[in-house]
Amino acid sequence: MKIFKLLGIAQSSLLKNRTRSILTMLGIIIGVGAVIVMVAIGEGTKENIETRINSLGTNLIMIRSASNSAGGVRRGFGSSRTLLLKDEHTIREQCDLVMAVSGIVNVNGQIIGGGSNWSSSVMGVSPDYTTIKSWELDEGTFFTERDIRAKTKVAVVGTSIRDNLFGGGDVIGQSIRIQSVPFKIIGLLKSKGSTGSQDQDDVVLVPLTTAAFRLRGDSKYVSQIYVSATSMDMLDAAQEEVSQTLRMAHKLIDGEDDDFNLTTQTELTEAFTSSTETMTTLLAWIAAISLFVGGIGVMNIMLVSVTERTREIGIRVAVGARGFDVMMQFLIEAVVLSLFGGLTGIAMSFGVCRVLTDFAGMTTIIQTDIIFISLGVSGLIGIFFGLFPAKKASELDPIDALRHE
Amino acid sequence: MPEVIQTFDLKKTYPLEEPVHALRGVNLTIGPGEFVSIMGASGSGKSTFMNILGCLDRPTSGSYELDGVKVGGLSRNELADIRNEKIGFVFQGFNLLSRTSALENVELPLVYQRKKSKIKPKDKAMDCLVRVGLADRMGHQTQQLSGGQQQRVAIARSLVNDPALILADEPTGNLDSRTSLDLMGLFQELNQQGITIVLVTHEPDIAMFTKRCVEMRDGLIVRDTPIEEQRDAKLELEEFSGVIGI
Ligand SMILES: Nc1ncnc2c1ncn2[C@@H]1O[C@H](COP(=O)(O)OP(=O)(O)OP(=O)(O)O)[C@@H](O)[C@H]1O
Ligand SMILES: [Mg+2]
Repeated sequence: MKIFKLLGIAQSSLLKNRTRSILTMLGIIIGVGAVIVMVAIGEGTKENIETRINSLGTNLIMIRSASNSAGGVRRGFGSSRTLLLKDEHTIREQCDLVMAVSGIVNVNGQIIGGGSNWSSSVMGVSPDYTTIKSWELDEGTFFTERDIRAKTKVAVVGTSIRDNLFGGGDVIGQSIRIQSVPFKIIGLLKSKGSTGSQDQDDVVLVPLTTAAFRLRGDSKYVSQIYVSATSMDMLDAAQEEVSQTLRMAHKLIDGEDDDFNLTTQTELTEAFTSSTETMTTLLAWIAAISLFVGGIGVMNIMLVSVTERTREIGIRVAVGARGFDVMMQFLIEAVVLSLFGGLTGIAMSFGVCRVLTDFAGMTTIIQTDIIFISLGVSGLIGIFFGLFPAKKASELDPIDALRHE
Repeated sequence: MPEVIQTFDLKKTYPLEEPVHALRGVNLTIGPGEFVSIMGASGSGKSTFMNILGCLDRPTSGSYELDGVKVGGLSRNELADIRNEKIGFVFQGFNLLSRTSALENVELPLVYQRKKSKIKPKDKAMDCLVRVGLADRMGHQTQQLSGGQQQRVAIARSLVNDPALILADEPTGNLDSRTSLDLMGLFQELNQQGITIVLVTHEPDIAMFTKRCVEMRDGLIVRDTPIEEQRDAKLELEEFSGVIGI
């Protein structure tokens, strides 16, 4: 039919009732806006977590001790001690798909230096550790294989140690005490800032062997082993290779459970992503319900509008409008209202996301497909909720409609 | 050529607690090119009859043929198309769209026209407004017009679809005698072009400009007489202007 004529009629009648049109759109505006903002927050959070996990190092495989049930008693995750200092060596020697390996020995320690003390996380690591974490030095040098062999008492510290113990001054060559063992600082790590509540610069690195033999009694064991695969594509293969190597080294027979646990960064990402996705879905549903309520608002107003404009309908029918023409007029009005509401909602959601990013520091991501989806949905809402009032209008009898006060 | 209007024992009863018999059996035949006035006291059923003739309302019983077609058997859509194409209706209460310009009001029937016309709807509507003497009020909204001006917009609207039949319910009810004369001149001109016209009026003077006068009382036709000496509105208008010295 003459869709343009009908659009013209819809436009002029919506403009004649400007306030009411805007109020009707409000429901749709808020609904669409809420959907987009909620999904944007969800997507932003997801990406945030992803970048955080990626900062662990992309090719990373983390190996932790795990209890196998062979002993009959299953102990808690990571509480058993099965990873050995020599496992690191074995992996380095035997695995071709591995680029860097570092055992990690965690030491709790009060650090004394520069006349004050500070409690920090002290880690014994191999020189490969910087490669695995892509950490760089700001000043000085990192310890080498020779330091590992000689178990020298040297340390590389993060900037928080410098700031808290030495008041931000020069630290190279300074001495600190960890568990009353004196260490000489030979390097300063480049600042990495903090992710969340964790200060990444509050760290002291010492040679793995030094930590194992001089700071902890149990010199055989490491807390974790970090492995870097040669590339992202090789991650799965490297994981398999490391796993086989460790099984051989630990003399596990076929059918026996692993006494270690491998986690890759991708697995971590997946675990976190799926939980944020649940959150996003929940938020989107809540927002969708508000959109539905907005649609009911449109229907309400259209019904009122039909009653209020009964005489107008009567006049149109009297001069020859068919039921279909009247129905289309009201349907198009409803669709135009909700589409316009949808567009405004989209525009507003951009503004809201801007504000959330700039003033609340939240990451928000608006994807193009959600824009088109919500626009389509608001159009459908117009049709769905406009149909009933439009049908009602089209069934009015001309003479009854004309007599309507 | 079939008769334009033919009604057989047309009855209309409003089913109230005390049923109102607005029409009690009306038989009327109007041929092509006739110019009929319907007179009668208030409440005698004139508007009820006109609404049925205009295909806006259906009779309780009896039948109505328009151009030889039995209207009773037509669907809603077919009735809408007849109103749109064949009939120009002037309502007793104008029935213009509020907050809408005179031009848009006159254009309205053309919006729903199914057949394509060569002339642009807007030009056609302007032309009709000029004919009723409202060339300078086209852009005015309904509520900005006087009663008489609204009446003329309603008449312009009834002309816009080039109807074969014009039904006018008291078209001169709100007009002064000069404008009434003007309007009757227009109706006479249209009638001379072959359009059949039926108009309701309270004033015997106005009826004198038509060719036939039908009188109703209590839902029945009580008298049906041809006008012996039809008055010429154009001529009288000239005399009228002469008298007051224009
Ligand atoms: N919708 C209605 N419901 C009930 N009764 C009605 C209705 N419309 C008209 N009537 C009655 O039908 C009768 C005829 O009404 P109608 O409007 O046809 O009179 P009319 O001749 O046009 O009068 P007027 O000259 O005042 O316009 C009246 O008695 C009126 O009360
Ligand atoms: Mg009447």
